[in-house]
Amino acid sequence: MTNSTIKDKIGQFPRKLEDESIYIMREVAAQFERPALLFSGGKDSITLVRLAQKAFFPGKIPFPLVHIDTGHNFPETIEFRDWLAKETGAELIVRYVQDSIDQGKAKEETGKYASRNVLQTVTLLDTIEEFKFDACIGGARRDEEKARAKERIFSVRDDFGQWDAKRQRPELFDMLNGRIAVGENVRVFPISNWTELDVWNYIKEEKMEIPSIYFSHQRQVIERDGMLWADSEYLNKEADEIPFEATVRFRTVGDMTCTAAVESDAVEIDIIIEEILSAEISERGARIDDKRSEAAMEKRKQQGYF
Amino acid sequence: MDILRIATAGSVDDGKSTLIGRLLYETNSITKDKIEALESASKRKRLDFLDLSLLTDGLIAEREQGITIDVAHIYFSTPTRKYIIADTPGHVEYTRNMVTGASNAKVSLILVDARQGVVEQTARHLSIAALLRIPKVIICVNKMDLVQYDEAKFEAIKESLRSLVAQTTFVGQEISFLPISSLFGQNITQAADKMPWYQGNTLLGELEAFEFAESLAHAPARFPVQWVIRPKTEEYHDYRGYAGKISSGTFQVGDVIKALPTGQESTIASIEKFGEQLERAEAGDSVVITLTTDVDISRGNSLVLASDTQAPQLKDFAAHICWLDHQALSPGKTYLLQHGVNLTKAKISQITERLDVVAQTSSQDVDSMKLNEIGGIQLRTAQPIMADVYAENPSNGAFILIDEFSNSTVGVGFVK
Repeated sequence: MTNSTIKDKIGQFPRKLEDESIYIMREVAAQFERPALLFSGGKDSITLVRLAQKAFFPGKIPFPLVHIDTGHNFPETIEFRDWLAKETGAELIVRYVQDSIDQGKAKEETGKYASRNVLQTVTLLDTIEEFKFDACIGGARRDEEKARAKERIFSVRDDFGQWDAKRQRPELFDMLNGRIAVGENVRVFPISNWTELDVWNYIKEEKMEIPSIYFSHQRQVIERDGMLWADSEYLNKEADEIPFEATVRFRTVGDMTCTAAVESDAVEIDIIIEEILSAEISERGARIDDKRSEAAMEKRKQQGYF
Repeated sequence: MDILRIATAGSVDDGKSTLIGRLLYETNSITKDKIEALESASKRKRLDFLDLSLLTDGLIAEREQGITIDVAHIYFSTPTRKYIIADTPGHVEYTRNMVTGASNAKVSLILVDARQGVVEQTARHLSIAALLRIPKVIICVNKMDLVQYDEAKFEAIKESLRSLVAQTTFVGQEISFLPISSLFGQNITQAADKMPWYQGNTLLGELEAFEFAESLAHAPARFPVQWVIRPKTEEYHDYRGYAGKISSGTFQVGDVIKALPTGQESTIASIEKFGEQLERAEAGDSVVITLTTDVDISRGNSLVLASDTQAPQLKDFAAHICWLDHQALSPGKTYLLQHGVNLTKAKISQITERLDVVAQTSSQDVDSMKLNEIGGIQLRTAQPIMADVYAENPSNGAFILIDEFSNSTVGVGFVK
């Protein structure tokens, strides 16, 4: 038995993963009255949309796509979101963090690292209440971080959207118990068992469209903490942070204020996958960034984010 | 590329963390920055080797923070297979977690410390693997480095397990014994140069060679309907498709089927997946089936072959049960029974026995079942369930019990 090499792992998507995720999508539609798919515009939620399409074809996706718009998204992401909703015929609901700020429910952060990541939770919980969603489908994966490794596929949240690790139900075989009390809701993670590599290989095999910022392009950036940040009106720059042009792409799609770019010439998906695999070995900078945003996400989750 | 699910269980000091860490390390599943972190952490601990157990130590840290980790999922892959390890740390709610973690597994990995030999957990683990009909058990005699890689020691442990294995195993279950050293990478993915007397597979070799898909495809055909697709668009005006995941066996276009519980017959007109027309589909495939005639079928119904006279409909039946809840099972109380996607009310009319999975004995004088206990029950359901005997067709023979008031999953049953 020889060790597997990086190249061996490109383009190998385990098809049974798709079957399992489609099964979960159908359970959501059947067990809940008002489910929704939380859509961020990133590769994981794009994968969810594809799985939902497949689960109900030739019927339409029987639940809306919900996007919590921070107002700091990349324009390319918004453009892609609107295109995808049109393409799939799915209902699209957008709610704005700016509205939560205007209503005094959330307060804008200040300083160099100000972002609206944390504020999203307020808008999300309000949206859940507004539409009385009883199940929200999210794209979290267990391989993302250690705390996720124990989270259920059907994860029950209380009235305040909080997650109680001790109250989790055992999930046996493929049987999903979505019964909840009034006021509770469930976060559903259909791609729990996928790894980042599985997602990319799936996107490749399915020839799926993804936002253009995942691919190499020219962009004005600044350098901060050894990483490249997209220059935008939302970024609070210091005097010595002078924008310059670079050839970059983004590994994750978040807000312009908290998603770092990596220098890259990758214009097609094969090269991206190869880059991701080798990045795990050499591109420490970008990984540190991933870690940082993941840790932040874990805190948000306890407060009600997905 | 297929997926093989593995169940591991055990406490932190039996070398399980190191074994899992070693598997990840030698299959290139660990990123460079993590390895660097391991190197410096190992140095800080003044170790002259890489402490791979630290890789899964995030879990230990969480436990210290008071979060219960019942089942953790760990992923790695080779060019041919994706592996998912469901790891259940060994603490208080041991049996419950082991059963939960093992419920999807096709391989059970049992660790035995070469110095200590067989302990209570070994018996518990073997019994649960048998109850859940896990087709393959790999018993790793670990820490061989601490017994000077002594063949006699390995053989003695094998011998001491012989009668226990004979008591628990079932026909068709593969059991293999491997001498390993997780710490020094002996027999994990690389042959053991320190144990030239051992000629068998490495652990990864055993996993890669194990074939399991065949048996599922040859089991009786069962298709539980999850969702009825009726687009009602111009293009698909009269379309009616039954969506579900085949739980066992194979279906083909042209098969004459019957819908249970009504027994109405029809013929499969098409098997579809996202517009793609398939000739056949088998266990594990999520598909949409259309029929040549209009039949009244809804969620929770099952499609089986019309020729299948053995297809079960159970209303009063016996089952093994593992209790998962702090509130004990009370006979006479009504629970919700979920078999696959089918939900009905159920009453436990009798507890017939309680099993001691360590001593391999049973007691008949039982009036309740507590958390972590395994036993036998007799149940009655409001509607029939289309469940097979678990031992004959595991993928269609298990069910869960749900408390109507707390909504918790309180028990898991296996049809006898």
